[in-house]
Order: sequence, then structure tokens, then C-alpha cells
Amino acid sequence: MTTTTTTTTTPHQRLATDGRSRERNPRSVIFLVALWLSLFIALLTLLTLIVSTFIDGAGRLDSRLFTEFPSSRPQQAGARPAILGSLWVIGTTAVLAIPLGIAAAVHLEEFADRHSRFNRFVEVNIQNLAAIPSIIYGMLAVGFLGLLGVANKNIVIGGAVALALLILPVVIISTREALRAVPRELRQGSLALGATGLQTTWRITLPAAIPGISTGTILALSRALGEAAPLLLLGALVFVSFDPNGLLSGFTTMPIQIFGWTNNPQAEFRELAAAASLLLVGILLAMNALAIVIRNRYQRRW
Amino acid sequence: MNPTDRTLEPSVKEAPAHAAPTTAPSARWREERVTKDAPTPVLECVDVDVRYGGFVAVRDVSLPFGHNEITALIGPSGCGKSTILRSLNRMNDLVDGARVDGKVQYWGQDIYGPGVDPIEVRRRIGMVFQKPNPFPKSIYDNVAYGPRVTGMDVDSMDDLVEQTLRRAALWDEVKDKLKQSAYGLSGGQQQRLCIARTIAVEPDVILMDEPCSALDPIATLRIEELMVELRDRYTIVIVTHNMQQAARIADRTAFFTADVDETSGDRTGVLVEFDLTSKIFENPSDSRTEDYITGRFG
Ligand SMILES: Nc1ncnc2c1ncn2[C@@H]1O[C@H](COP(=O)(O)OP(=O)(O)OP(=O)(O)O)[C@@H](O)[C@H]1O
Ligand SMILES: [Mg+2]
Repeated sequence: MTTTTTTTTTPHQRLATDGRSRERNPRSVIFLVALWLSLFIALLTLLTLIVSTFIDGAGRLDSRLFTEFPSSRPQQAGARPAILGSLWVIGTTAVLAIPLGIAAAVHLEEFADRHSRFNRFVEVNIQNLAAIPSIIYGMLAVGFLGLLGVANKNIVIGGAVALALLILPVVIISTREALRAVPRELRQGSLALGATGLQTTWRITLPAAIPGISTGTILALSRALGEAAPLLLLGALVFVSFDPNGLLSGFTTMPIQIFGWTNNPQAEFRELAAAASLLLVGILLAMNALAIVIRNRYQRRW
Repeated sequence: MNPTDRTLEPSVKEAPAHAAPTTAPSARWREERVTKDAPTPVLECVDVDVRYGGFVAVRDVSLPFGHNEITALIGPSGCGKSTILRSLNRMNDLVDGARVDGKVQYWGQDIYGPGVDPIEVRRRIGMVFQKPNPFPKSIYDNVAYGPRVTGMDVDSMDDLVEQTLRRAALWDEVKDKLKQSAYGLSGGQQQRLCIARTIAVEPDVILMDEPCSALDPIATLRIEELMVELRDRYTIVIVTHNMQQAARIADRTAFFTADVDETSGDRTGVLVEFDLTSKIFENPSDSRTEDYITGRFG
């Protein structure tokens, strides 16, 4: 404060007023342009993709898509079993992966001894698991079902196991982050009242972490929703003419249906594929929007 | 204020009206309610050392906390006041690498003894923190939390919540918004809510670590009044940097300082003097105490 007053009364050097900012030197400009271009290319690609899909598919985005079964006659074909199959598989995936992932994260974050070698090893490997290609999880599920002696592996529970394994590391990581964001003072406040560690976790820490956990989980599920590779490995069918009706039922999902249709030479099927893609993108956008809404709505000040 | 004053008096964040007392505020001296005799200890440290890893944070502390008295812990920053306070209800168990040696006796029983459950210790010896930390729940649920988790036998939770809030001098301000979030309260109200939450489980002892340092002078005075009221039912230990506060409310005061090890440079907290508050502020026996309370430290 004292320096400011001295500078104004006895100026050593006037501030330059020629309007040339140091931000404008050539290197900064090149760098900024490069940043801007990268963003532009990414956005342009996305936009082209969506617009061209829209142009191709908008005509077939009608009620038949939701109500009809696949058919060799494109006018009568729909994605009904694929939509139901996706719901079944994602629902089962959620039931498998969410409790398991949250429980694992709670253990690691709240109870495990951070310094033990074993726990550090587990931690590193969860990070690694999150980076493993999805098809490997398909192979794992195939092997797992094979061990159990399941012959027809293209069943809802099989696909759900593969996808649950796929998103488990993501659920664990995002839950841990959400738990870590809960201030320690809250836990201490609870413990200082004579609550046990378990009570503190159930009644204070987990409820406070719910927004973070749900956004992370929704994003993980939306990733699972778009996956085709592990399911193809399980032998998912592209032509299913019945509604899936249970965990052991055969199924197909939307990405697989789209894959099947795009392989068809008839142009009408490509149109159908585009329409189904639009639906899938719409669902994914809706899920991501939900995640954002939850995050904003429940954002707490501590 | 010269620089030494500042390191000595880390309560710059506190209300200026309370900061940097230079003399004992004897004009506002409250009536003496305890005698020179040693207190009847509810809680007593016997030769307590606390270590963090290899670092000895406090050494050889022996200190009784008298029944229905307010004991203030004062001393420069880093001398181990919070460390001692946390060792009184085993909150130090939660700190990685913390170790307590010696005994902390609660009605004669060592709370670090074999088989003693820290959960039960904390139920009897409650704690209020420096920064108000209400739970992200309603005001009602904040107060009811302790009785619920400890499985207290309660006839009517509504009555218990009301009584508790009345005792914490908060009822009139919150009675119409019990179901609203505790975060809607002011900082001072939040801190009184935290005190209410603590007394809801009927502890014997309440530990407070700089409970007013985040509050303005008015809110501070309300909490001080509250502590004086609560003293009839509870034994209170308070850490404070505000010496006028200690002088106003504490029956006895313990002054800590940090001894610097010549070779390693480690600063280890030691208890310098423990006595009636009036004695500490008017006629301390140790020159270090006198230097500290008069603002000359060195
Ligand atoms: N969790 C911890 N881990 C390691 N060292 C710690 C920890 N907490 C405190 N210490 C050390 O113990 C010593 C005493 O700290 P403590 O917090 O008890 O001091 P204090 O008297 O409460 O200080 P202040 O007045 O600033 O609150 C300090 O040297 C501090 O660095
Ligand atoms: Mg402290």
C-alpha cells in the first residue's frame, strides 16, 4: 500500500500507453491460434457427424423405430428389441456395478490403511483397469461364463457382467473422488459425537458425496450404453425378433443393431442405422445432461 | 505492532477488539468462583507426551481439569494446545502417525488403557471445532444426530432437541426453521448449533478448540456467555488465542510454550504454568508467562 502512494507521487517511469500488449507478441499469437484451431477442428468434426447423421436418419426417426422388430424389409424394420435390450443390459449393469463400485471405493477411501503395500497396489491397478480396451472385458466375460459352463453366452446377464467389469474402475475412481471432496471436518464432527466409523460413512460422508457419485456413475453408464465390442465378442445377435424378457434372455443392443444395419448394402438400412444413431446420441446427451443437472442442483457449500 | 508481536499473537484473524491485550483486564474481572485448592479432576493428563511420527509435539504434560470448571489453554502458535486437546478425547487416534504416551485419566480411569473404546470416550468427552462444522442436514437433524447414533434412550426427540437448543441459547432464533438446512445460519449461530449438537449427547466434558476465532465480537460474547452458563453442568476445556477471553471466562489457565531443541531445531510444546486465571494474569510465577500475557515474548 505504501509503495503505491510513493509511485504515484514520484513516478520513476510512466506506464506505456501505446496500447501494445505483451500478450500480442508473435509466439503468443501463434499459440492462441493453434489452441483455437484445435477446438475448431474438434467441434467441426462433431457437428459434421451429427448433421450428416441427422440428414440421413431424420426421415426414419418415427414410431416404427420404437415399435417394430428388425425385418428384411426396411420399411417395416424397427429397433424395438435393441432398445429394450439396451435397457435390460444397462439396468443390470447398473445393479451390478454401482453397489460394488461404491463399496470398493468406500473401503479404499474411508477404511483401508493407505500405507499398506497391498492397498497401494490395488489403487494403481484400478487406475490401470480404467484404461484397458473394452474388448478385453468381453474376453474376460466369455471366459468367466465358460467356467460356469454357460453355452449360450449371448444373454443379458453375460453382457451386463462384461459391461459392469468395464465401468467398475470408473465408478470406483469417481466415487473416491466424490468422497475425498467431503471435508474432513464433517467426519471429525461426527466421530467427536461418539459415532462409529461406519455410522459416519453411512449418515454423513456418503450422503454428502451423492452428487459426485451419481454424476460419475451416470457418465460411466453412458459409456457402457455406447459399447458394442465386448457384446459382439459374447456373440450378440444383430437380428433379434423377440423382446428380451429376463436375465437369461438373448438380446441385442442399440450399438449392435446399428452395426448390423450399416453392414447392409441397402440404402434404406443405412437410413435406419442413422435414425437409431440419432436416438442413441439423444439418450447419451440426455444422460450427460442429467449428470450436469445433478451436479449443479446438489452442489453444496460446506 | 512490531513483527514479533505478530508471530506471537496469531489471532490477527480474530476480532480486533479482542486482539493483543497488553494488561490483564482486571476491571472486568469476574467473581472468583474457584479456590486455590487443586481442582477435583474429571479429566487429568499425567506425564503425557504426544508424538507425530518421530516428532515430539508436546512433552511431559501433567494437568488436571476441574469438575464444572472452565480451563483455558493458552500459548503461542505451534506449542501443542490443539494436540493436547485432541489427546483428551482420542481424536488424535484419527491422525496418521500420532502417538500418545502417559495417561489421560477420566475419573481416574486411563482413556488409553487396554480395552477402552475410543467411541465411548468421545461420547463422554465431546469436542467443538475451530471452524463451525454443522452437518449438511436440517437444524433439527444436526441436534438429533448424536442421540441417534449413540442409541440414547430418548422419550421424545422433539423435546430433547428443544431443550438442547434452549440450553445452547439458540432456540428463539431457530424455532421456526428447525427443518431448514443448518447452512442457512450465520457463523455464530452455526457454532452454537455445534455446541448444541455436542451437549445433546450429555457429555461430561466439552473440549473447544478456538471456538470463536471465526466469529465477530458479538457472536464471541454470546458463546462466552453460553460457556459460562454451561459450566454448571459440564467441565469445559477451551483453547484460545484471545487472552481477554481466557481472563473473562476461565477459572484456571494453563500456559504452554514451545521449547526449541538446539541441535535438531524441533519445537516441542511444554506446560509452563497452570494456576487460577487471576494468578496467571495478575501475578504469574514464571517470567515466560508474564512476557507472553503482557505481549513481550522472547
Ligand atoms: N497432524 C499432524 N501431523 C504432524 N504434525 C502435527 C500435526 N498436527 C500438529 N502437528 C505439529 O505439532 C505441533 C503442535 O501443533 P498444534 O496444532 O497442537 O499447535 P497449537 O498450539 O494448537 O497451534 P495453534 O495455536 O496455531 O493452533 C506443531 O509443531 C505442528 O506442526
Ligand atoms: Mg491449534
